[in-house]
Amino acid sequence: MRAGELLGLLGPSGSGKTTLLRIIAGLDFPDRGRVLFGGDDATGLPVQQRAVGFVFQHYALFKHMSVADNIAYGLNARKRSDRPSRTEIRRRVGDLLDLIKLSGFGDRYPSQLSGGQRQRVALARALAVEPRVLLLDEPFGALDAQVRKDLRRWLREIHDRTGQTTIFVTHDQDEALELSDRVAVLDRGRLEQVGTPDEVQDNPASATVLKFLGDAVEIEAIAEGGQVRVDGRPVPSVVAPEGLIGPVKLYVRPWQIQLTEPAAAHLHGTVRASHRSQGRQRIEVDRGESRPLLVEDFDGERYAAGREVGLRIVGGYVFA
Amino acid sequence: MSEPRKPRRQFRRPSVLPGFGITFGYTLTCLSLVVLLPLAALVWRASGLGLSGILDVARDPRVASALRISFGVSLLAALTASIFGFVVAWVLTRYRFPGRRIVDATVDLPFALPTAVAGIALASLYAPTGLVGAQLERIGIQAAYTPVGIFIAMVFIGLPFAVRTVQPLIAEIDKEVEEASATLGASRRATLVKVVLPPLIPAVLTGFALAFARGVGEYGSIIFIAGNLPYVSEIAPLLIVIKLSEYDYAGAAAIATIMLGISFLTLLAINLIQAWSRRRFGYV
Amino acid sequence: MSEGAAILSGPAHVSRPTSAVGEGRAVRWTLIAVAIVFLALFLVLPMLTIFVQAFSKGWETYLATFREPDAIAAVKLTLTVAAIAVPFNLVFGVAAAWAIAKFEFPGKSLLVTLIDLPFSVSPVVSGLIYVLVFGTQGVFGGFFAAHGIQILFALPGIVLATIFVTFPFVARELIPLMQEQGTAEEEAALTLGASGLWAFLTVTLPNIRWGLLYSVLLCNARAMGEFGAVSVVSGHIRGLTNTIPLHVEILYNEYNFVAAFAVASLLAGLALVTLLLKSVLEWRYAGDLAAGGRH
Repeated sequence: MRAGELLGLLGPSGSGKTTLLRIIAGLDFPDRGRVLFGGDDATGLPVQQRAVGFVFQHYALFKHMSVADNIAYGLNARKRSDRPSRTEIRRRVGDLLDLIKLSGFGDRYPSQLSGGQRQRVALARALAVEPRVLLLDEPFGALDAQVRKDLRRWLREIHDRTGQTTIFVTHDQDEALELSDRVAVLDRGRLEQVGTPDEVQDNPASATVLKFLGDAVEIEAIAEGGQVRVDGRPVPSVVAPEGLIGPVKLYVRPWQIQLTEPAAAHLHGTVRASHRSQGRQRIEVDRGESRPLLVEDFDGERYAAGREVGLRIVGGYVFA
Repeated sequence: MSEPRKPRRQFRRPSVLPGFGITFGYTLTCLSLVVLLPLAALVWRASGLGLSGILDVARDPRVASALRISFGVSLLAALTASIFGFVVAWVLTRYRFPGRRIVDATVDLPFALPTAVAGIALASLYAPTGLVGAQLERIGIQAAYTPVGIFIAMVFIGLPFAVRTVQPLIAEIDKEVEEASATLGASRRATLVKVVLPPLIPAVLTGFALAFARGVGEYGSIIFIAGNLPYVSEIAPLLIVIKLSEYDYAGAAAIATIMLGISFLTLLAINLIQAWSRRRFGYV
Repeated sequence: MSEGAAILSGPAHVSRPTSAVGEGRAVRWTLIAVAIVFLALFLVLPMLTIFVQAFSKGWETYLATFREPDAIAAVKLTLTVAAIAVPFNLVFGVAAAWAIAKFEFPGKSLLVTLIDLPFSVSPVVSGLIYVLVFGTQGVFGGFFAAHGIQILFALPGIVLATIFVTFPFVARELIPLMQEQGTAEEEAALTLGASGLWAFLTVTLPNIRWGLLYSVLLCNARAMGEFGAVSVVSGHIRGLTNTIPLHVEILYNEYNFVAAFAVASLLAGLALVTLLLKSVLEWRYAGDLAAGGRH
């Protein structure tokens, strides 16, 4: 993890993302392994001394305290010698309220706020202690779609302004890819890949990562001399890993398949149905298998059900 | 300064929250000293008598009659409390009427009112000279100093249990289920009998068992109205007090053991009902 | 009963039910009437009787009851007992709830059942077990007698019996409440640098304050009003080991009805206040109390 970056921990539910986050915070204990903060071993350090800012999935705001008291909690909890003066605390709380665009809400109670506002208060409370690292557990999980989008953009802005090293957990691919500097993909407790959104999308390290980042179809192919062939024809822009020879599985995104004349195609099939949405069309192609092949194309020529089509694969992924 | 956490056998799941050791230890200490140790003394006493000794005490005509009265009347009282308790709970959760909250609060009176105070109030109310007792006398019922009096006192103390165990479940009934039943063509009676009431049965049984257990053990609110005539209106708890005042510790312990045994069985029954309910309906 | 509803409620435009499903008007009001008459007969009338009887000879006689030294001693003893038993159970209840609600360990449900045990023991048996421990023929009776410590028929015995019967009150209210609240807020406090104790004082305690007050209220009412258990261990020594309920019994058995009801009216008043505060708490802070954690 690099200083100042925004890292997204992405994985399906039950993949251990939240546990990992809680271990970093010192809320859970690892069976083995260590937690390092900038080279210091923090494994045995109690949660209070780790200087992390943790934003809980359901915020865990203190219901009986006002917004201002919630934000000031970490400062007030310090030993007298380390505690800022009252005016200093009030000033910092004011700054944070400005930052989360809730100035004037200091005297309200959490129950009087909307979900998005509570989320922002939880963030301000975590930032107030000036943590070494900010940890967010499913920060937008409990919010509805519109608020989610707004808060996502806002969090990115805050991060760009403060440069706060941040890790957040999510099971939403779009969220992770849009928000993060780098994404870490977890599956069943294992770290599958770490990289920028571009890296993980262009060069997924495993089929798990690939499938988790979006729809993909599996196609039987043959690897030979660095090329990957489907039905004897090479697939353009797919390079087989060195030494990989023989039958392989080619993973293809719906938009990496084009409908063409049957003559120039890798595969053939019959159109079963097509749907249009937001300028694109998704076409289900029946190839005599139980599940139809999904193809995505621009909303141009319409394909009626029953039409014979050829499929040309223009990209894909092969894993050793 | 930090060493890797030593793997150790853990009694509890690890947590960052502190204070488990001290609070758990304190809880166990208090529980042992206040509850377990004295109860163990009773068991120890009773085991000194042996099963045959306890049965001998139970076969004593006076003891047998007291146990019969305690359990028999309590059964009837719990039944009455359950039926009327159900009506009260239904009315309080389903209907809106002026003073509903006050009526709701009234239900807890027997919880809050000391038993001795309830006892003398019931005694004076249901005595032949009392307000209600005189009326009952006119229709030929003598309440005070008979098992009827015991019954009244037991209904009094059992009622809140009957109401409060059913009430939350009635509140939770999904109105849509009733509406679904109605749209499927069921009459109101059919809806009640086939859809609304069955899931409430475990709660009613639990309330019944609680009221029954409470009635069997009750002392303060009964002794004043009961008149305490041996073989007629003498309850088992009173007999324990009498044995104690005669320094017959063994006899007292024997009766207490029988009563504890019965309340243990009642508790077991409640747990079984709830386990069944959880399997059958998904809630307690 | 619903069949009657259809007939009695008549045409829809005359008495429209408030909801598409539900009983008709007549059935509704009949049931309400049954419930209210039943409650009045069994619960309200006895309560009224206490005050009517207490004041039946006028204010003067009523007040005179409380000038009796024995009555004053009884009040003092009851207050003393409650002042020891209630805080004891408060501390116990909070400690037990913390250990049980915030941590996972095997045997938890057994522990909860054991804490609840005193509720299912007859009050007389609750007193009896202490007689069996501390009585002259008791397990430790000889030991305490040899050291000149009087437990039975004295304050310690009364306090112990009272603690026993009120033992589960605070714990059984707080355990479900604290379980419901989970540990997230405490964890949040710890990540913000608070010590465990500080987190408990500033986060846990404020969160359970209404539940705590609620349970202490009920615990206190029971502690001051306990009769059966205390009766067995007290020895009924007038002016010394008589609590208010025991004093009521003595006065009543002496056919001094007015005085008995006058003293009883103190406890009835306490019950009413308890009930009132309890209801207020339930109405205003329902969300801060354990659901269904009544009685």
